[in-house]
Amino acid sequence: MGDLFSQEVLQETWDIVINDMPLALWETFYVTVLATLFAVIIGLPLGVLLVVGEKDGILPLPKPFMGFLNVLINVLRSVPFLILMILVFPLTRLIVGTIVGTTASIVPLVIAAFPFVARLVESSLREINPNIIEAAQSMGASPFRIITKVMIPESVPSLISNVTIAVTTVLGYTAMSGIIGGGGLGKIAINYGYYRYKYLVMLIAVVILVLLVQLFQSVGTRLAKSTDKRLKSK
Amino acid sequence: MANTLLKIEHLTKSYDGNVILKDFNLSVRKGEVIVIIGPSGCGKSTLLRCINGLEPIQSGVIKLDDEIIDSKSKTITKLRQRVGMVFQSYDLFPHKTVLQNIILAPTLVQKRDKKEAVAEAEQLLDKVGLSDKKDSYPRQLSGGQKQRVAIVRALCMHPEVMLFDEVTAALDPEMVREVLDTMLELARQGSTMLIVTHEMEFAKAVSDRVIFLDNGEIVEEGAPHTFFNHPKTERAQKFLHTFEFEHIK
Ligand SMILES: Nc1ncnc2c1ncn2[C@@H]1O[C@H](COP(=O)(O)OP(=O)(O)OP(=O)(O)O)[C@@H](O)[C@H]1O
Ligand SMILES: [Mg+2]
Repeated sequence: MGDLFSQEVLQETWDIVINDMPLALWETFYVTVLATLFAVIIGLPLGVLLVVGEKDGILPLPKPFMGFLNVLINVLRSVPFLILMILVFPLTRLIVGTIVGTTASIVPLVIAAFPFVARLVESSLREINPNIIEAAQSMGASPFRIITKVMIPESVPSLISNVTIAVTTVLGYTAMSGIIGGGGLGKIAINYGYYRYKYLVMLIAVVILVLLVQLFQSVGTRLAKSTDKRLKSK
Repeated sequence: MANTLLKIEHLTKSYDGNVILKDFNLSVRKGEVIVIIGPSGCGKSTLLRCINGLEPIQSGVIKLDDEIIDSKSKTITKLRQRVGMVFQSYDLFPHKTVLQNIILAPTLVQKRDKKEAVAEAEQLLDKVGLSDKKDSYPRQLSGGQKQRVAIVRALCMHPEVMLFDEVTAALDPEMVREVLDTMLELARQGSTMLIVTHEMEFAKAVSDRVIFLDNGEIVEEGAPHTFFNHPKTERAQKFLHTFEFEHIK
């Protein structure tokens, strides 16, 4: 291990860090944010349906539909991300035109994350006191109004905490997507660390990933707290 | 009788085959205040929930004016707007201010002008002595204050009937009074109300008619002084007796 920190190695690592890291960091960041955004756009309505569409929900939906939705989510959630990435190649090619590259990696990330987001949204909405939903019903509010004006606004802090969990999970997946063509910090860690034995570069990439997780988490926690009107003091 | 506002005929309500209300009949005149009393589990809350269209019923009809209240119909949201309900547990929206809680349904459901709704909300809050709380969140209020806000929230919809389900049951004794006074004032103004309560003195003072419910049936009903002073049935006598204490010294 002596030569891990030799003058030569340090110089070379420094060059890689300066030349490749900024772009990789940016790629990881935007892929994470975009993939989570799309996952929320798909997952939020599905999570809402999971709750309101139940037999005794505010908008009961046909049983076969609810069954299909549950199975779809469970199946997608149980496929390991690496395998899912390969499975969705045709879809990725259809949407992005190619299966390699940073943008292409967004497709499998969204497919992997939206079912997860749907479950998180579901659990957030289930935390709402059912009495306040009933109060809204008793005032004559329609299911749509109850969803948009009561259920979602009342669970904002919990939704933010849960989306934060989704962001950090997606971040972990982006690192994995480096193995098959995705860009970002994961690619750097694998290319230099695994294929070319430049462990120091890999270490730095990992440290930056950890810092990113910390950043997302603390921003999320702070936002969740500041939107929670039930807490005693700010 | 003239001016019947709410009419319940042959109502049967059961949960999974378990009959809670049996062939229940009741007519409520406009402006009448009815107090419903009875032992725990006799079906008081269930009755109010049926009137608000929150529960599917198995048979019978509930009519407001001439419109049928059916929890499964497409027009139920319209009818619910005409029936105000206040629950034991306040059920204010925790992430909305007092004012936002009150104007939510008037502006979104009834599509009223926001300015006008705010003006009315402020006026009603003033009447119950809470004008300085309009921008507070529910957690910043005492139980009694929350319950008065819940009453204002229901009133702001201009309901034709108000349903109160044990609205003081969760309150500390010193807060019960302020909520009951609010309801007495409503009765004085001629509101039509159905009140479920365990506050017997209040029931005597506020009601035009008392209904004693046991096992989902009306066992006895009458004017408050007759009912409380000379209950006819043994079950009512026994029930009222549970609110009395013997002198032991
Ligand atoms: N959702 C439900 N599912 C099944 N049974 C129910 C349900 N709600 C109420 N019940 C039953 O119906 C009966 C009447 O309940 P209800 O809440 O109307 O009583 P209550 O007179 O309001 O009693 P309390 O004074 O304790 O509030 C009870 O036996 C209760 O167990
Ligand atoms: Mg009850």
